Amino acid sequence: MAFQLDPKIPSGPLEEKWTKHRFDMKLVNPANKRKFRIIVIGSGLAGGAAAASLGELGYNVDCFCFQDSSRRAHSIAAQGGINAAKNYPNDGDSIWRLFYDTIKGGDYRAREANVYRLAEVSNNIIDQCVAQGVPFAREYGGLLDNRSFGGAQVSRTFYARGQTGQQLLLGAYQSLQRQVARGSVTMHVRSEMLDVVVVDGHARGIIVRNLITGEITRHAGDAVLICSGGYGNVFYLSTNAMGSNVTAAMRAHKRGAGFANPCFTQIHPTCIPVSSEHQSKLTLMSESLRNDGRVWVPKKAGDNRAPNDIPEDERDYYLERRYPSFGNLVPRDVASRAAKERCDAGFGVGATKLAVYLDFKDAIERLGEDVIRARYGNLFQMYEKITAENPYKVPMRIFPAVHYTMGGLWVDYNLMTTVPGLFALGEANFSDHGANRLGASALMQGLADGYFVAPYTVGDYLARHGSLQAKDKVKTDHPAFDEAEKGVRDRLQKLMSIQGKQSVDSFHKKLGLLLWNHCGMGRTREGLEKALSEIPRLREEFWQDVRIPGEANEFNPELEKAGRVAEFFDFAETMCLDALNREESCGGHFREEHQTEEGEALRHDDEFAYAAVWEYKGEGQKPDLSKEKLEFENVKLTTRSYK
Amino acid sequence: MKITLHVWRQKNATSKGGMETYVVDGVSADMSFLEMLDMLNEQLIAEGKEPIAFDHDCREGICGTCSLMINGVAHGPDSGTTTCQLHMRSFQDGDAIHIEPWRSRAFPVIRDLVVDRSAFDRIIQAGGFISINAGGAQDANNLPIPKPDSDAAMDAAACIGCGACVASCPNGSAMLFVAAKIGHLAHLPQGQPERAMRARNMVAQMDAEGFGACSNHYECEAVCPKEIPVKFIAKMNRDFMKASLCSES
Ligand SMILES: Cc1cc2nc3c(=O)[nH]c(=O)nc-3n(C[C@H](O)[C@H](O)[C@H](O)COP(=O)(O)OP(=O)(O)OC[C@H]3O[C@@H](n4cnc5c(N)ncnc54)[C@H](O)[C@@H]3O)c2cc1C
Ligand code: FES
Repeated sequence: MAFQLDPKIPSGPLEEKWTKHRFDMKLVNPANKRKFRIIVIGSGLAGGAAAASLGELGYNVDCFCFQDSSRRAHSIAAQGGINAAKNYPNDGDSIWRLFYDTIKGGDYRAREANVYRLAEVSNNIIDQCVAQGVPFAREYGGLLDNRSFGGAQVSRTFYARGQTGQQLLLGAYQSLQRQVARGSVTMHVRSEMLDVVVVDGHARGIIVRNLITGEITRHAGDAVLICSGGYGNVFYLSTNAMGSNVTAAMRAHKRGAGFANPCFTQIHPTCIPVSSEHQSKLTLMSESLRNDGRVWVPKKAGDNRAPNDIPEDERDYYLERRYPSFGNLVPRDVASRAAKERCDAGFGVGATKLAVYLDFKDAIERLGEDVIRARYGNLFQMYEKITAENPYKVPMRIFPAVHYTMGGLWVDYNLMTTVPGLFALGEANFSDHGANRLGASALMQGLADGYFVAPYTVGDYLARHGSLQAKDKVKTDHPAFDEAEKGVRDRLQKLMSIQGKQSVDSFHKKLGLLLWNHCGMGRTREGLEKALSEIPRLREEFWQDVRIPGEANEFNPELEKAGRVAEFFDFAETMCLDALNREESCGGHFREEHQTEEGEALRHDDEFAYAAVWEYKGEGQKPDLSKEKLEFENVKLTTRSYK
Repeated sequence: MKITLHVWRQKNATSKGGMETYVVDGVSADMSFLEMLDMLNEQLIAEGKEPIAFDHDCREGICGTCSLMINGVAHGPDSGTTTCQLHMRSFQDGDAIHIEPWRSRAFPVIRDLVVDRSAFDRIIQAGGFISINAGGAQDANNLPIPKPDSDAAMDAAACIGCGACVASCPNGSAMLFVAAKIGHLAHLPQGQPERAMRARNMVAQMDAEGFGACSNHYECEAVCPKEIPVKFIAKMNRDFMKASLCSES
């Protein structure tokens, strides 16, 4: 049975939808809020902001994260900045323009109403963060500074040196800790959610493993919020943290939540290239660098001269050449593909030839080294630590890497999944970025969802479906908890009992490489079919031959990783299937069969202007596809052009 | 490169630990320090032994999860660097390296090189925030903040909460961590209303957690991967003194 997908978009003009909806939503009386318990999985920008805000409102909140502190969620690593439609620079920005840029940047595969709301609340986020003490960059007059980011022609990005994510997360973390002190939020660190409990069709709890002791616990609640981040680590090498995973989203999916557009993954153009097979992760060089850095390769294929020995007229500034109006600031998908194109054609640089230059020479000559240091000092330092090269003197070498995932759990306008009472926020949902996310928009979305959307919509759900009386509440002795806990224990037991020969990482690396080759920057029917036949074979081998030392009832990082890799295997199949189904190129999804003569992505709007929503049908079974048709009433679908 | 490692192994919080010796061969200079440990762990797993547990997540010097005393220095020999940013090119073929967990009464060992730093969260709970609920904040530009103030706030706010300051202090003091948070908020107008109470409560919690006192060794500044200066400690002491005087009057 396919899903009945009702996006619940409020009626009325775009600009009035959210205001009207806020009025139409039911409220929970202040005295009744403490009668509800809300479970939040994740303490990143989305989860941290949601847990803090719900706690402030008076709900009881249980918040979980796998790190040793809620301050360490991977949102901390975001460097570049956060967008808002403040128009402080007076350069023509507006809510409408931010909405339009985001829809267009997403290659017309996102829902208009959600994106408009995102643009609308963006300004409140900046106000909120400043009030919390987030030290955004300022000008000498004391007012906030802005910079530009890819895919936009206005300066709307707020930033805190190269540590914007850290500062925003610390803001949310501090608010969260304040609620912990008040007793409204209970924080469970080093805790991994391993299943969702669904009773009578509604999400009513979760099963958790304590990562220090291995203890399995049950937690009941009136609503469950999945804020567990993205699934980029399915590729093994990515800019995500080592622990980032798809487990929570996948468990929700297996309990009935539709998974939307899993093939929409973002490959970021400016990362430090892979140097060896021992590489464990990739490091992003913020997109903001493209404000002042110029991307080039030698005009002659296989030119082995040192970059500074290559004269100006023998350099190909290919982004400026191909896209004169946006130049080095084209959106990420376009910049990544252009780099791949040059490297495939033999113009790559460095030892592996899988890199292009990002050069600051002109900017340093124009502005001076001090200005560049003030803008990007910590990024330059990070680059030098990893590569032992000084980017003030030698151009950086960069190459695209997996960075962000636009796909995620399908949610309606209220951020609720196809399972009532189960919500998804932040990178874990699919809602706002379509097929490609613009820079500085993920932080905005995570905080919008957490501070300004979920506190209303979760309340509306509770007012309509929650029970106020303790006797009517689902308790942890309900048979659904027995069943879910048994499933979790059996699975851990099965993993521990394999005692094979190969390490968890070796499987993860094989899976990652397979996906990078066939479901990465360029995808073909043939490659995807190959991946789809290889994944089950590799998964089978994993379940026969993985070796996990130690015990299940102790601190056991290998067991943690094994559980995550097992979910990645199941997820990888759906991702490839989705990529195979989508016979078009759009945003981060580039099917080589569908391109223009100039090598640009070719969309097929009449066939594919929909969100592909997959329904889990059991292990090894093909998932069912449902479609949410995307209606564009306010923007005209055009071919994205950054020329 | 061939490296000899002497590593602290401890099964759990209650068991007694000890140093064990391992040899890793084929280490390349471009590997990160943690990738070298990954390699050793792969080797141990292949030999049927238990891998070494260590904390890490972002592997790019920002989350504050990684720790490790490397040859007696928190985060190893390079200054302004976390363990995960350290590369093997900082060592030489044939080197012997000693690796131990953070050592402090307030950071009990969980396993091998992993310690419990939840005391830091409790210090923040005591007052390391500005009391503002979501919604209702005024326009962000209504209150200009002089750039030097905002830059100073950012210098302090760069703290990643790793705990290197505590691990390197002969007294196991958390002064630099606490001073960084107090300094961050004290440099901003939004942080003023709760300034005195914040300093008093956070310092009280720090003492309650069993962190030692500061006797001006400044080892913390030397190892801080974010190079947070000890001048914030002096500023915090002033705030704390003022707060104590006010509360007595
Ligand atoms: C290097 C880097 C730089 C970036 N720079 C920018 C930028 O400049 N601007 C921008 O807008 N965006 C940027 N992004 C994207 C942005 O940072 C993320 O999309 C966003 O922070 C995600 O926030 P989140 O709250 O959804 O998830 P996260 O911050 O990833 O948080 C996930 C949380 O879920 C928890 N969790 C996960 N699984 C489980 C489980 N099973 N059980 C319990 N807990 C679990 C984790 O512990 C964590 O607390 C960047 C991303 C990266 C990787
Ligand atoms: S692992 Fe994040 S700072 Fe080292």
